[in-house]
Formats: sequence, C-alpha cells, structure tokens
Amino acid sequence: MNDATIGEVILDMRGLRIEGRSDEIWHEIVHGIDVTLHRGEVLGLIGESGAGKSTIGLAAMGFARDGCRISGGSIMFDGVDLAKASDDGLRQLRGSRIAYVAQSAAAAFNPAHKLIDQYCEAPVQHGIMPRAEAESDAIDLYRRLQLPGPDTIGFRYPHQVSGGQLQRAMTAMAMACRPDLIVFDEPTTALDVTTQIEVLSAIREIVRQFNTAAIYITHDLAVVSQMADRIMVLRHGNLVEEGETRGMIEDPQKDYTRDLLAVRTFRKDTADSPGADMPLLRVEGVSAAYGKVPVLYDVSMDIHRKRTVAVVGESGSGKSTMARVITGLLPPSQGQVFYDGLPLPLDHRKRNKDEKRRLQMIYQMPDTAINPRQRVSAIIGRPLEFYLGLRGADRTARVRELLEMIELDPDEFIDRYPGELSGGQKQRVCIARALAAEPELIICDEVTSALDQLVAEEILKLLQRLQDELGLAYMFITHDLATVRAIADEIVVMLQGKIVEQGPKQQVLSPPHHEYTELLLSSVPEMDPDWLDNLLDDRQGENA
Amino acid sequence: MTMTMSKEAFGGNASPWVSRIAMAAIHFFILVLFLQNVTADTWSSIIGLLFAHLYSVVALTYWSRIERTPAGDTVVVALTLEFVLVAIIFWDRASAWPWSTMFGLALVQICAFAAVRYWKELRGAPASAWFGLIVILIYVMVAATAPIIAPFGETEIVGSEYDVWSNKHLLGTDNLGRDMFTRIIYGGRNTVGIAFATTVLAFVLGGLAGLLAAAMRGWVDQILGRSVDILMAIPSFIFALLILTIVGTSVPSLILVIGILDATRVFRLARAVSMNVVVLEFVEAASLRGEGLWWIIRSEILPNILPPLVAEFGLRFCFVFLFLSSLSFLGLGIQPPTADWGSMVRDNATLITYGDITPLLPAAAIALLTVGVNFVVDWFLHKASGLKD
Amino acid sequence: MSQIGKMVAQRLALGLLTLFIVSLIIFGCVELLPGNFAQEMLGRGATPETVAAFNRELGLDLPPHERYVNWLFDMLQGDFGRSLANQREISELLGIRLQNTLFLAAVAAVIAIPLAVSLGILAALYRDSIFDRGVNAMTLTAISFPEFFVAYVLIIVLGVTLNLFPAISNISEELGFWEKVYRTALPALTMTLVILAYVMRMTRAAIINLLASPYIEMARLKGLRPGRIILKHALPNALAPIINVVVLNLAYLVVGVVLVEVVFVYPGLGQLLVDSVAKRDIPVVQACSLVFAATYVLLNLLADVLSIMSNPRLLHPR
Repeated sequence: MNDATIGEVILDMRGLRIEGRSDEIWHEIVHGIDVTLHRGEVLGLIGESGAGKSTIGLAAMGFARDGCRISGGSIMFDGVDLAKASDDGLRQLRGSRIAYVAQSAAAAFNPAHKLIDQYCEAPVQHGIMPRAEAESDAIDLYRRLQLPGPDTIGFRYPHQVSGGQLQRAMTAMAMACRPDLIVFDEPTTALDVTTQIEVLSAIREIVRQFNTAAIYITHDLAVVSQMADRIMVLRHGNLVEEGETRGMIEDPQKDYTRDLLAVRTFRKDTADSPGADMPLLRVEGVSAAYGKVPVLYDVSMDIHRKRTVAVVGESGSGKSTMARVITGLLPPSQGQVFYDGLPLPLDHRKRNKDEKRRLQMIYQMPDTAINPRQRVSAIIGRPLEFYLGLRGADRTARVRELLEMIELDPDEFIDRYPGELSGGQKQRVCIARALAAEPELIICDEVTSALDQLVAEEILKLLQRLQDELGLAYMFITHDLATVRAIADEIVVMLQGKIVEQGPKQQVLSPPHHEYTELLLSSVPEMDPDWLDNLLDDRQGENA
Repeated sequence: MTMTMSKEAFGGNASPWVSRIAMAAIHFFILVLFLQNVTADTWSSIIGLLFAHLYSVVALTYWSRIERTPAGDTVVVALTLEFVLVAIIFWDRASAWPWSTMFGLALVQICAFAAVRYWKELRGAPASAWFGLIVILIYVMVAATAPIIAPFGETEIVGSEYDVWSNKHLLGTDNLGRDMFTRIIYGGRNTVGIAFATTVLAFVLGGLAGLLAAAMRGWVDQILGRSVDILMAIPSFIFALLILTIVGTSVPSLILVIGILDATRVFRLARAVSMNVVVLEFVEAASLRGEGLWWIIRSEILPNILPPLVAEFGLRFCFVFLFLSSLSFLGLGIQPPTADWGSMVRDNATLITYGDITPLLPAAAIALLTVGVNFVVDWFLHKASGLKD
Repeated sequence: MSQIGKMVAQRLALGLLTLFIVSLIIFGCVELLPGNFAQEMLGRGATPETVAAFNRELGLDLPPHERYVNWLFDMLQGDFGRSLANQREISELLGIRLQNTLFLAAVAAVIAIPLAVSLGILAALYRDSIFDRGVNAMTLTAISFPEFFVAYVLIIVLGVTLNLFPAISNISEELGFWEKVYRTALPALTMTLVILAYVMRMTRAAIINLLASPYIEMARLKGLRPGRIILKHALPNALAPIINVVVLNLAYLVVGVVLVEVVFVYPGLGQLLVDSVAKRDIPVVQACSLVFAATYVLLNLLADVLSIMSNPRLLHPR
C-alpha cells in the first residue's frame, strides 16, 4: 500500500486495441488503452458490462478469448512483448509468472480432479518444483488463506467445497508459482455479501504477503476501493479516469465516475406508516417445500396498498420461494394467502383471470423473461388483449401509451425484437408487460441484480415514479441492501426459510438490530478505502 | 423496409405490372392445361380449376409478402417463364401429365421465391451447402416431373435382360428388361416421396407428443416418456422387420410403421429442446397470466424450437430414407413392380460381381441425396448456432 | 458410493424390466397376426384336423398368457423351439450364427473404436484446421451413404478390381483364426467405415463442447500444453458422452449387421433373420428378434451404468 513496496514497472500495455467478432465482422471493443503496473501494486479496473475490463485483464496475459483478437499495441511484461510472443513463450509465462483468478471458481475448477492436483499442475508442469514440495506448499497456502482443515481440503473435489472456500482455493492455486502478477476477474461477484468479506480479506492479505502485483477487475466501486492502490475507470473500451484510489473516491474528475460513485444514493421519500386498513396481500403461517426439502417455515407478512415491502436475504434464504408461493406456482404445505381480505386459491391454475390480473410479476433476468421471438408490440399487447379484451387500434394505442410510460420511444421500439434491446430496455418492457394488466401488486424478483448499477438505478427510479403515479404496491425481493435502502417502506429479513426481523424501514435499519441483520448490514461494502480494515478490526475486537 | 412493403397491395411496389402480367400469364397457362385435358371428366376439371385458382392466390399472396427488388422479380419471372416455355416445347408430354406439370411449375416458383427471399443468407453459404441445395432441388424437380422426363413407362418392359448402355437405353436395362434410366427417375419419385411422407408423419406424431410432454409435464410426460423408452429399447431395424413380417409390406404400413418408430426419436428431441424453453421465465409468465396450453405451445415454445426441429427434419429424412432403402434392399420394403432404388440394387446385384457399376447407380443416387441434405443441415445448424440474439 | 450403488441398481432393475416388456412385445406382435396362424402356415389346403394337430404341437391351443409364460421359460432354458421351415432346433441354429455375428462385430470394433476415438481427439485438438475440415467432410459423407453402397463399392474396388479380399465371406468353424479374419475383412471394413464416422464425430463434438467451459480456459491460462488440456482436462469430462456413443455403436455393430451380412452372404444372425422373415418362419424371427433386442438392451444398460460411473460428482459424493 505504501510507496516503499512498489517497485519497478512489471507490466506496461501501450495503445492496446482488441477486436471482437460478431456476424463475421471484426469490431474494435478496446480502443487503445495504456496500463502501467508496478511490482507489488494493485490496480483496480472498473466499469459496467461492455467496458472491456475482463478483455483487458486477459490481454495482460497475452490471451484473447475465442472470437476476440489483440489487434494493436504492445503488452510489455518484464521485457517481453506478449502481443508478439510465440504460443510457447506465452505458455511458459502463464501460470508461472502471470496467474489468473476467475469469476466463478465453481466453474473454473475442473470437476474431475482434486483441488490439490489442480494446484500442483502449474508448478510441476512448469518445472518449478516437484510434486511433493508443491503439495506441502499448497497446504501452507491453504492455511494462510484461512481455509478450514487446510491439511485435508485439497484432497476434496471441487463440488465438495463451498463457493467462498473454492474462491480462496483458486487464489491459492494462482499463487502456486509465486507469480509476479495475478489477474483477479470479479472474484467475489458470484458470492453472498457475508462470504464476500472473507474472500476479500483473504485475497488482500495474501497479495500483500507476497508483494504480488495484481489487476483487480470488478463492477463494484466500493469493493475495488478496498482492494486497489490505483483505479482505472473504463467505459465502452475507453479510459474515463485514472488515479490513486483515495483521491478518486474523494474527488472524482469525470461525470461518469461521479455517477458511479453516486449510485446507491437514491432514496425514496419516506412514506407514512401503513394505515390500519386491510392489507392488500396477507401471507399467514406459510410453510413450503420442494418435494421433501422444506424451504419456508411458518412465514407471515402483510403488504399494504401503495407501499413497497422489501424481502431481503442471501441465497437459500427462501425469498424467491415466497414469490412462488404468492403467485401460486408452489402451493404451500401449510398456511394461507389472502388478497384484499379474501383467501386466494393456492394453486395459480385455480385462480380466475381477475385474481391473476391484479397480481403481476417481474423477473430477475430480462433476457429470459420475454420471448425472443415476439416483437415488443406483441409482448406488451398480449396481456391487454387477454385481460382487457383490447384489439386492433385500441391495443396499439395502449401499447404506445405504456411504452411512453416506461420512457421508451414508441415509434422506435414498438416493432423491435428483444434481441435488439439492451438489458435495461428489456427490463422496461417487462415492467410495461406487468403494467398492461393494470395490477395492484407487482412482485419484483431481484429485478435489478442482472443489470449494471447505473441502469439498475434508473429502473428503481422508474418503479418509484410508477408507484407514485399509479398507486401500486410492490413486493421487492432482493439480496442487495442498497436496493432495500433505496426503495423500501417496510423490510422483511429472511434467513434459511425463516423471517428473522420485519418492520418499517427506519426501525429495521437503525439499531438495535437482530444479530443477522447486523451481519448483513455491516457486510455491504462502502465507498471508503478504510472500510474493510475498520470492519475487520471491529469484528476482531468483538471476537477477542 | 419490409414492414412498409408488406402493407402494400399485393404485387408489391418494385414493378407491379410486370409481376401481375406474369402471374396472369401463368394462371392462363394453367387453365389451358386443364381445359385441354380434363374436359372428359367434369368433376376433376372443376377440382383442378379450383386448385389452380387456389395455387395462384397463394403464390401471389406470398409474393406480395417478400421484400421485393427488380432483380428478384426478374429472377422469379424469368425462371417461371422458362419453365412454361419448356413445358410448351414438350407440350405433348406436359399436357399428358398436367398434375406433374403444375406441380413442377409450383416448385419452380417456390424455389425462385425462396431464392429471392433468402438471397442474403444464400450468398454467404459455403460451397458444400450450395452443392446440397442444388442436389435437393434437382431431386425434387425430377420427382415432381418424373413422367415428363422419363423416356418409358415405369413398369414397361422395353428390351432384353441386362442390356448394356446405349442411345436407346441410356443406362441399359434391368433384370426384367425394363429401362434403367426410367426406373431410376421413377424410383426417386417413389422412394423420396414415401420417405418424405414418413418423416412428416414422424414429425407430426413425435413433435406434438414431445411438445405436449414438455408443456404439461407430470403424468403425461411420464407416460409418453416411458412408452418411448420401451419402444426405443428394441433396435428399430429389427422391430421394423418383425412388425412388417406380421402386417405385410404395403406402402401405408411401411409409412405407418417407420413413421411411428421414428417418431420416438423426434419425441426425444422435441421434448428436450422444448424443456429448455419451458423452464424459461417467459413461459412461466404466460402460464401465470392464465394462457391455455395451446397458446403456450404455439406462441411461446414452438417459435423458439423451430431451428433445431428444422435441422432435425433434414437428418431424420436422411435416416428414414436410408432405412427405407435398406428395407427395400432386403426385399422387405417397397414391393415390385414399383420402382425403388433399394430394390433396384438388390435386383441387379449380380452385375456387380462382373465389375459392372450400373446397379450401384441407384445406391449412388441415395448417397448423393443424403450427402446433400446433410450438407445443408450442417450449414443450417452452423448458422442457427451463430445467430443467437 | 452408496448413491452410485443405488443408481446402478436402479438401472439394472429398469433394464430387467425393459427386457421383460420387450419379450412381451415380441410375443404380442405375433399374437396380433391377422387370421389364423396355423391356417396361414399350412396353406389353404389344410384340413381342420391338421390345423388342430399343428396347434397342439406348438401349444397354440392354450390361452395367450399361459403360452407366454411357457415360451419365456423355454427361452430362459435355451429352448427356442423348432424352426417351421426345416424343423431344426432353433437354439442350434442360433448358437453358431450368433457366434459368427459377434466375431464380425468384434473384428470391426477392434479396428474402428480406437481409431475413431483417437481421430476424434485429434480433430478436436486441431479444430478448424485443414485436417479437421477434411475429416469432417469425409465423415459427413460416410454417414450419408447407405451401408450396401459402401459394401458394394468395397467389393468392386477391393474385391473385384484389386482382388485383395474375397467378395463373399463364407466362413465356417473349421477355418483358422486368421483365415476367418481374412474372409471377414470386407464386411468388417464396411462396418468400420460406418461407425468410424459416427464415433469420431461424436467424440470431437463432446470434446469441443467442453472447450468453451471456464475450467478449460483456466487450464490454458495456467500455461498447460494443448495436448495435456485435451487429455487431462477435457477428456475426463467428455467420457460420459463418448462411452455412450461407443457402446451404442457396439450395439449397432451387433444389431446393424443385417444388411452387411446379406450383401456378403455372411452366415450370421442377421442373414438368418432376413431369410426367416422372407419365409415367414415366425418362431425363428421371434427368437432372432429377442436375441438382438436383448443384446441391444444390455449394451444400452452398460452405457448407462458406465456413464454414471464416470461422473466425478457421483463418484465422489459430498
């Protein structure tokens, strides 16, 4: 972290250009980027999807994925130009002097081999150390990375180890040859927030211990500010801004960086506490199971008109199952769901058209939530026809109205196929499809988690505006506490199929918290380079 | 572009009068063909006329739907007129088989339409795909117009046994003295036609069942799946032999038996690809909306599984075609005196031991078509996999 | 291991059940025969007495379920009944024929399978090279050919023109091993060509399917040699589909020989089946079908069990 440990330049990319192929034509996706990295320095690459950050990270290893090629510039690594090096020359560097940590460790470990076999492969194949030495070294690294049972964990297969542990084992594997440079490609994106902390601290610790240079790629500015000495903000394959971490967080120079920093600051106006009126939806003592595996235990909650209830929890908490129970896709084994005071048939096939119309759903993945073979007009028009009997010109007029409501230009978008829309636009179409039914309650299942942060923010604002205008109630299922802070009126915190805490937003978010809420809240990274240190110190203190 | 064009009155806007005059001319030609031939039989002339009208309407409607360019119009009109011209030159033969003539004409137009419509894709096709397309085209044309092209009748004995190649008998004669060239042309019509009908049957049965199983799941899926498992546990060639021994080898029973056996494979594929679609949220959204089963199958699932199904149709056609030829080769398929490529090889196999390759020609014809179809399917699959949007 | 044991046991039970149902179907098919079986066999001139005697001799006067049970038990004891055509014991007839068919299948398998799998791996390794494209076009062509076309081309080229191998594979038990191999060369070669294409294409596809997976990218980024990536990282995970296609093609070798045997007049089970079908010798057709179907079911079962056993997730449960 301090200047003393930062040595000579290890990696120097000049004017890097990378092309990607689509429809048999090559398009430039990285437009002449310069990256300089010193020994022992951690460089953060940050940007939204399509920024080219992963592509640049891989280019630092002289590697381009299938369908990509390095088309210009130089990649000097310790005196060798990787852009011009032979395949053999590259192979000798990869794994031994430059290593890679992939986004999903579960997918990047070969399921057919034990962890330690995969660990030993690089050192043995590169002739750096014999197998026995590599094995004892692996156990040592596993211990340093605080993996449980370091002596034995290496002899397990990848599917026998949890996600957070795998990610640490992969970091150990990258360290096997004590490389000069490690490329971390979104190593914590697939993990839950509470697991993320462990992995982040383990990675930071080991990189410091060995004084390894690293490129840390992520879309999350809060995470990168914990890890990196210097940050490069990328957009559409161009550099937006580059600077020391602390300086950039405190005083960003460019609007785009400011936008990225300001993300998650959106807050809805605090609504009044719910009236004593009858809840629009009441879930009462619901238990549910997939086959014989119980997922929900005796869950009860209310949703009132014009209010947003956020259901928050990590993976496996049963929050999405709640949505399936309410929509009738998974009839509960116990309990009842009331709509407007009347019991709702538990199986959606037994609900009538009106019951279905009043309760709509928006999904996490806009890519799969709309039929790729239907035009926007058909996607939005179908519920109009189906529920409201609109046809012909009436239907088209209403579709155009709805498109305007979700801020898409009707002339431009009405005849498009989903393949011609961006992720955010698809999610807007999904919203319009839900609105077309003129519902009272919309269940939003992780609607922003597949989107880039800035886009997600726009969607949240849109949903909020629609709520204000149309008086909708939302049930907002999410794992992201920032989203909860932004949009919720009430919060339901779930853990392993049970509700651990619920109440109005202010009450849940201000101390005293339930133990798990506390853990969840404190694990969300903040835009403060000292946040991780302080948090670890705090937790250390508590444990002592 | 496409949108505004399709809203035009039929005929499009590229060169409306050319296309209308051409279409009117063809219509007239068809009328003449019919009036000339079926005056003796009032009913068939009425049906024929109705058919001719229907065909013209369909052709014109379709033509008005595709994106039109003057070049495209020229291609369609030129090819069609060329066919009409050929038909007029061989007026005796053409008017003796009006159905074949009309079918051939329809095919020429369909191919011309398709070529114009998909020209962008076709231009980028590799040589192998072009080869395949041309082979398929030739086979289909020959099958459609077999009586017009063939110099002799299908079962006509016109010479002595095993005559050598000559001007009169291009490829010699067979074991009974029938013209080999004629038999090959008719054989193509029979074998390809039956194989096609069988594949269509297999797709209708298997495809529907597969879609239903995927869309309904539960016990429907279980029952259909298990029955198919059992049917597939018996090697299909052996099973077909066994059943054909019992029910006999008439053309309908061949189509039915092979169609049902083959439907099991179509079922597997249709179910598997539909399953991939059924688990997606937009299908869940449709069923939550309250859409019926038929809507979900037709509007949500089917459009998304069409590319693999089309490719599978090509592959299954090849399989059925080979299967049928093999059965015929064993003498258990299409029965004499109907010409058929498989049995032609068998009947004349004696010549092979003398180094004469004539009996191999029908086998080569089979091979050529399956190679062609496989090449086209290969290209199609390659394109479909590259076109993920 | 208990999970794997359970799955294997389940498959075995299912396989036995399938065999049982298959035997039921084969038996039932004959039941569906239109008209009176005996009448048809004996011709129009048969008197009621001869028909009755015929029925009694074959046990056809018993109710269907009893006949089925008797038939099944006889079969299980190796008693397949007598041929209607020549009154010989069917088991005698089958034994030697089956041996011949298996011999032919084995010769073809020994050549084809190792060759096909290694060619498939090579094609995957050098994918999109000229070698790969050439092999791809060739195999695509080969699987498009009817077997009898391949067979006759081989006869004309290797048998008649070059006179290397006999065009008719007439083998008998007295012949020595190598003489038998020599005489089966052409049919074996025909079948080799056909399954070579299938197995090779599937092996290549199975490996290439995996090459896009993150752990292969990881292996490349660890600086491993391409050969090691294919053999050590892709192959173990592609085993299940490869085993499947290999075993299914073994099944094809045994079952699909019918045509090849007929072309080369090879005295195998397929030839017997076709002859009997032509003569409508129902008991022999039944017996042959059953033997073929049983082989097929058992090989499918083997493929199932082997692919379960090659799945690391099942092999090493949590």
